[in-house]
Order: sequence, then structure tokens, then C-alpha cells
Amino acid sequence: MFGKFARVVAGLSMAAWGVTAHAAYQLNLQTPATKEGVSVHELHTIILVICVVIFIGVFGAMGYAMYAHRKSKGHVAAQFHENTLVEILWTVIPFVILVLIAWPATRTLLAMRDTAQPDLTIKATGYQWKWGYDYLSGEGEGISFLSNLATPADQIHGTAPKGEHYLLEVDNPLVVPVGKKVRVLTTGADVIHSWYVPALAVKQDANPGFIRDTWFRADKEGTYRGQCAELCGKDHGFMPIVVEVVSAEKYTAWVGERTKKVAAAAEDADKVWDLAALKQRGEKVYQTNCVACHQANGMGTPPAFPPLSGSKVVNGPKEAQIALELNGKQGTAMAPFKQLSDTDLAAVITYVRNSWANKTGEVIQPAEIKAARK
Amino acid sequence: MSAVLDTHGHDDHAHHPTGIMRWVTTTNHKDIGTMYLWFSFTMFLVGGIMALVIRTELFAPGLQIVDPERFNAMTTYHGLIMVFGAIMPAFVGFANWLIPMQIGAPDMAFPRMNNLSFWLLPPAALLLIVAQFTPGGGAGVGWTMYAPLTVQAPMSMDLTIFAVHILGASSIMGSINIITTILNMRAPGMGLMRIPLFCWTWLITAYLLIAVMPVLAGAVTMTLTDRHFGTTFFNAAGGGDPVLYQHIFWFFGHPEVYIIAIPAFGVISQIIPAFARKPLFGYTSMVYATASIAVLSFLVWAHHMYTVGMPVEGQLYFMYATVLIAVPTGVKVFNWVATMWRGSLTFETPMLFACGFLFLFTMGGFTGLVLSIVPIDVQLHDTYYVVAHFHYVMVAGALFSAFGGIYFWLPKWTGKMYNETLGKWHFWLSFIFFNMTFFVQHFLGLAGMPRRIPDYSLQFTEFNVISSIGAWGFGLSQLLFLYIVVSTIRSGKKAADKQWDGADSLEWTHLPSPPPYHSFETPPVLK
Ligand SMILES: [Cu+2]
Repeated sequence: MFGKFARVVAGLSMAAWGVTAHAAYQLNLQTPATKEGVSVHELHTIILVICVVIFIGVFGAMGYAMYAHRKSKGHVAAQFHENTLVEILWTVIPFVILVLIAWPATRTLLAMRDTAQPDLTIKATGYQWKWGYDYLSGEGEGISFLSNLATPADQIHGTAPKGEHYLLEVDNPLVVPVGKKVRVLTTGADVIHSWYVPALAVKQDANPGFIRDTWFRADKEGTYRGQCAELCGKDHGFMPIVVEVVSAEKYTAWVGERTKKVAAAAEDADKVWDLAALKQRGEKVYQTNCVACHQANGMGTPPAFPPLSGSKVVNGPKEAQIALELNGKQGTAMAPFKQLSDTDLAAVITYVRNSWANKTGEVIQPAEIKAARK
Repeated sequence: MSAVLDTHGHDDHAHHPTGIMRWVTTTNHKDIGTMYLWFSFTMFLVGGIMALVIRTELFAPGLQIVDPERFNAMTTYHGLIMVFGAIMPAFVGFANWLIPMQIGAPDMAFPRMNNLSFWLLPPAALLLIVAQFTPGGGAGVGWTMYAPLTVQAPMSMDLTIFAVHILGASSIMGSINIITTILNMRAPGMGLMRIPLFCWTWLITAYLLIAVMPVLAGAVTMTLTDRHFGTTFFNAAGGGDPVLYQHIFWFFGHPEVYIIAIPAFGVISQIIPAFARKPLFGYTSMVYATASIAVLSFLVWAHHMYTVGMPVEGQLYFMYATVLIAVPTGVKVFNWVATMWRGSLTFETPMLFACGFLFLFTMGGFTGLVLSIVPIDVQLHDTYYVVAHFHYVMVAGALFSAFGGIYFWLPKWTGKMYNETLGKWHFWLSFIFFNMTFFVQHFLGLAGMPRRIPDYSLQFTEFNVISSIGAWGFGLSQLLFLYIVVSTIRSGKKAADKQWDGADSLEWTHLPSPPPYHSFETPPVLK
């Protein structure tokens, strides 16, 4: 109890110190990195100015009345309660202003929704609580990976100082080439998520069972950070999105490197492992991919996320568990994990089947996963 | 026997039970109104404590006082309790107290049903609170309760669904009562276009409630059967669609915004003329503007869901329909300002709250206009900008209006006057701390901070610190309000029958302060 209290106080005072240490105080939208973002920025400025002008008009009048028409100044109330001309004017003028606003808004919207003829198509899948990316067409087709929060837990719990990109850093960022039209298909594996990168002016819900799309064309190289924007459960605040926009050459190099890695992992799949080595590797995979739901002690957070320790599936025939890991389970929060390599999957299954109350003693080899994929 | 009955005759029901049984069995509109208001204030404190848990957690980056599940539960039940437990019952309390007196009726049309609609509220509130202590804790799904997250949620979700059903039944009964009372029980000569604007706003609101509460009940019932009975309304694998839930919910949810705002407009429309000592400008256009806002509110629901991936034609339609609402809303604001124009103004506490309402509600209206523009909303949807926007509408709008109304009618209801100095303190503290809490959230949203997150990245720290300090200030200021009300009831100075110069509705002109237990047993004579 006292420890927790001390942590709270320490955390709060650190934040108070932070106010003076680094002043962000950003007042407006993030600097846009796409043409559409620039349009949105301009649109927002126009409407803001219109609102401020009307606001000053209306409350200027109110302020004047509050000052000049006070009883304490001896002002006697007039008794008018209608004026047809004024009433028509203040109905028609706002209407005209709204039409003027709607015009540029419509133009911008039509451009934002035109996803035709992309150079690159990537599917973004929202999982509880990470993003998965599949490069579907264009340069890099076939690349597929998961993108997890990279901020260590001790930074979140205040036992380590927070890094510069606290909560906005991932292990595998989405890499795309600069100046190319990137179409992003969104879908959810379990509940609704939302793919949101402010600087790219993109936010698209990821609905389970459906595919929706959006697009962006980044003008500048750089790293753009965003977050899941639709409440998706416990770790909704911990599934960031990082997009790295790189030059065409760098992108080609990245694609080459990625493809080589996949090939290496495929060869790797024929290697035969022993229990200890596989378990050790499996624990790492578990920490990255499974721990958010099933917990470090394997007890899960029932009912949505059942315990693995003592689970019937985990202690039953291994084929059933392999199929479950590869395909997920319909109608539950269990997502498919086929993006992981054969070795990683073999390792994590071995780890789970030999941890906590589970003592099957079985070693699952990567080759078995490879076979099960077919 | 019959002789006894004869001698007591008409006065018999004035011999009501005393003590707790008076309140349990009462069918008197004033007693029921009082209970609604106290219930609402209690829920306001409960929801407020939840808000302070949220703001304290967000005071600093990192997780400090609650884990993420508990945090999500706090945002969920803060919303549900404030909307269904605090704000809606507050205005039903006003309706109960005022409608019979303002139209010259002895009581509400269905007094026993009136008792039932109140007494349904405490069990519903209890369910929402007990839900926090069930296995798995409160459901962290947001007050909007989007599927399929709700299908995963622990058993507290079922309690919450049941609570929503009960609250809906209570609202529908209350609405039937209000409509029947206003349409059938007006004193002779009190034509529909003569009733005070507060009654008009409630008449329109009651129709909205009857139209949309069943829709909400439907949405949560579908959630319930998806959870337990194998239906797949919101599950694509069974031919359903998670977005269907959002359409149904917001078909309720958008009119709900006006269910909260329209009675607030009514209260403001009573207060401003009273302190301007001048009749309300544009009574008729006020009635039409309110009615058209109500009708339009059924046609714009999907502006809450621009990012679900609807066709661009759909986005365009909902954008155009939504900006249209700015026209009648603007008319109302202009009317209020015109009422003040060339009046003879004084600024007692109710008028301060009315001016605060006008100022801040208009800001909420403008951010609403910004959000109605699809390309901008794509940036701001589900960020703190939206949180700031609807708190400007709900807190600075509905809550300030309710405070103004309490200060305005407290002298009438209790026959005693509140302490004007403390009232003004309450206003200024609320006004300053409210803006400190929520104004900075616009900046957070613009910079891209998503809502409903228990922890945030470092660039959002400064404004969150300011917002959290403001929230504590705002919360503590409300204890002053409690003190003012209690000390008025206990030891306030005697109030005049017509405490405010410019007040002109029947409760001020025809009834003493406090009014008798049964007012207008014979209809008032109207000129
Ligand atoms: Cu998410």
C-alpha cells in the first residue's frame, strides 16, 4: 500500500516537474505530411476564423448590453419582443455562411475518399492489442509482420525514466516509400480498432469481419506516429502506429532485407531444437505477443481471455493447439498468429505447454508448424 | 362510514403519511420533483468522483492509481451515470415541480405512475454502482457500449444493460405523464402558445424520449442476446455487422443530446427575460426553432461515426444535414441575446449561470460545427477535441442551466432565499475551473491525443496537468453548492412571493413562496 502511494506521489511530482522541464503546449493540428492534410488544416483554419468572427459579433453585442443596459445604470427595459426583418436575416445569413463552408469541405472530402490506383496496398489488421501489416500488392508484396508496442513495462509503471517516444514506439514500424500513393485496407480481428496517424490525415475504423480503406501519399520522408483511436479494451492506449516514410532506394533495400529474413526463417524451420533452447525463445515470443491477454503467470483475465495454465487445449493433443495458434478461434478474442515464423510459433507453443501448471514435456519442432500450415 | 368520508371529502389526501413513508408513497408532484433533484445531485457526486479518478490518473504520464481495465470502467460509468443518473433526472425534477404550477394544474396527470417513474431510478443506479464490484469489475466499454467489445465484457455488462432498460422505462413513463399533463391539464385560457417556454421545451423533449428510448433498449437487448443466446446481430461471422450497433445506438444517441439540451434551453428562456425585465424575444420562433432542432436530430445520427467507412455519399448527406442544425441553434442564441438587448439587466446568480451557459454553450456549438465537417472530423474524431466539445455542451450547457434553474426557483420552492454572495462564488469558481479543465482539451485533441486512454505520450503532459487541476477545482466547488442549498433550506431568509422582478409565469404571479402542497385546486383566472 505504502509502496503504491509512494509511486503515485513520485509519478505525480515527476509530471509537475515535467511541465517546467519541457514545454510542448502544441496548440494546433500536427504539421501535415500529405496534400490532404494541408487541405484539412486550411479548412480548419477557415472555419475557426468564421466562428471567432461570429463569436465576437454575438458576444460583443451581449457584452455591450451587459455594460450599457444595466438596471444599476438606470436603464429602463424596452418592451419589444419581435422584429421580423432581423429574424429573417439571422436565419438566412448563417445559412449562406454554411453553404460557403460546405463547398470546400465537399471538395476535400471527395479527394480524401478517392482510393483508386494506388502504388502500394497494405492491409492493417487491428488485434487486441497490436497491429498486423500485410503488403498485398506493389513493391514488397508478400511482406507480413506484427507491430507491437516497444515501450518497456517499467517505463509505464514509473520504475524507469520515460523515453522520448514513450508509448509511440513499436518493434516493427510500417515502412513505405515517399511520394507513392499507399492504400491502407483496415480490418479488425476481434473488436473494432481505428487506424489513426494525425500527420497523414488518416483515420479509418478497423471493423471485424469487414474491410474498409483509406489512403495517403506522404510528401516528406520521416517518422509519423499515431495510435489506435477506437476503444478496444484493456490496452487500447498501448497499440501505437508508427509509419516510416523513406526514399525509394531505402524502401527497396528494406524490402530486400525483409525478404531475405523470411527466407532465412524458412530454412531455419528445418532445424531440430531441444526443449530448453526452444522454451527460452518461446518465452520471448510470449512476452511480445501473448502476455497482454494471457498474463505473465498464464492465468489470463477471464472470461474474455482464459487461463493457459492448466488449460484443456494446452494439455491436450498438440495438433489442436497448433491449429488454434495458426487460425485463431472464431467468435472469441483469440486472433490468428500465422504471421509469426515457424520457429517462433513452435517455440511459443513449446513454452506454453511446459510452463506454470503445464508439464507435457513435449517439444514442438518448427517442421511441425510448417506442415500444419499446408 | 359514509358520513366520515363525507366530512373529510376532498381534503382527505392531504393527510399524507410522514417520515420515510411520505417519500416512498408520495404522489405529489412537488415531493417527487424534490426527490428527482436530490437523486440527481447524489448521482452527480458519484459520477464526479469517477471523473476525478480519471483526471487523477491522467495527471501524469504512466499508470499510477488505477489499472487500464478500471480506468475504462471509470470512463464508462462516469458517462452513463452523468447522462442517465444526473442530468436527465435533474430536468425531470424541474418538470415535476414546475409544469403543473406553470400551466395552472393541481398536479401531474398520472400521480401514481409519477411515483413509479421516480422509484425505478434508485435500483437502476444501484445496478450501475454494484457493477463495479462484480467479478471482472465494471465493463470498460465506453458509455456508448459499442459491440463487439460489449460481447467480451464481464458480467457487469449484463447489470448495465438491465439498468439501461429500467432507466428507459422510467423515462418513457415520465414522458407520457408530461405530455398528458401539458396537453390536457392547462387552466382555461392557457392556450398552447401561451405556456411558458420551459413547458414547450419539455413537451418536445418528452416526444423525443418516447421515440428513442425504445431504440436504445433494442440496441442493448441485441447486445444481451449476442452475449448469451447465440445471436449474431453484431458478428460478421454469423451475418451480422458491428457497425449496425452504432447506427442503432446513435439513432437514439443524437436525439439524446437534445433530450438533455432542450429542457436546458427552456430553463434559460425563463431566466433571461426575468433578469432583463423584458419579455422573451421571439417566443414563437423559439418554439419553432426547438421543434425543428428536435426533428432534425433524427436525421443526423451518423455524424458520430464518419470514420466507420460509410460511402462518401453518406458522409456528404450527414455533413449537410448536420450543419443545417446550426441555423435553428443560432436563432435561439440570437433570441436570447436580443432579449437582453435594451433590457434593464441585473446579474444575480441565476442570471450569471444563464450568461455563462450562453457563452460556453455557444463555444460548444462552434466546436460542433467544426466536428460536423467530415475532413476535419476524420482528424478529430475520438480525440480529446470531442471530449472538450461535448463537455462544453453537457456541463457548460445542461449543468450550468440546471444550476441557474436551482438558484432561480429555490426561493419559490423553499420560500427561503439563498446567500447571493456564496451563489456568485459558486458561479465564478465553476466557470473558471470548468474552462481550465476543458478548454485545454481542445489543444490535446488537435495535437492527436485519443480519448479513453489511461496513459499518454509525453508531449501531452502539460495540458493534462492543467486539466486535472481544473477538474479537482471544479469538483470541490460543487461542495459549496451543496452547502448553499442545505443552508438555504435550514436557515435562509424569507423569500418574496415574486422574488424576481421580471418573472411572469404563474408560479410567481399566482402562488405564494413556498407554494401550498396542492397548488391550483381550482384553476387560476387568466386575463
Ligand atoms: Cu485498438
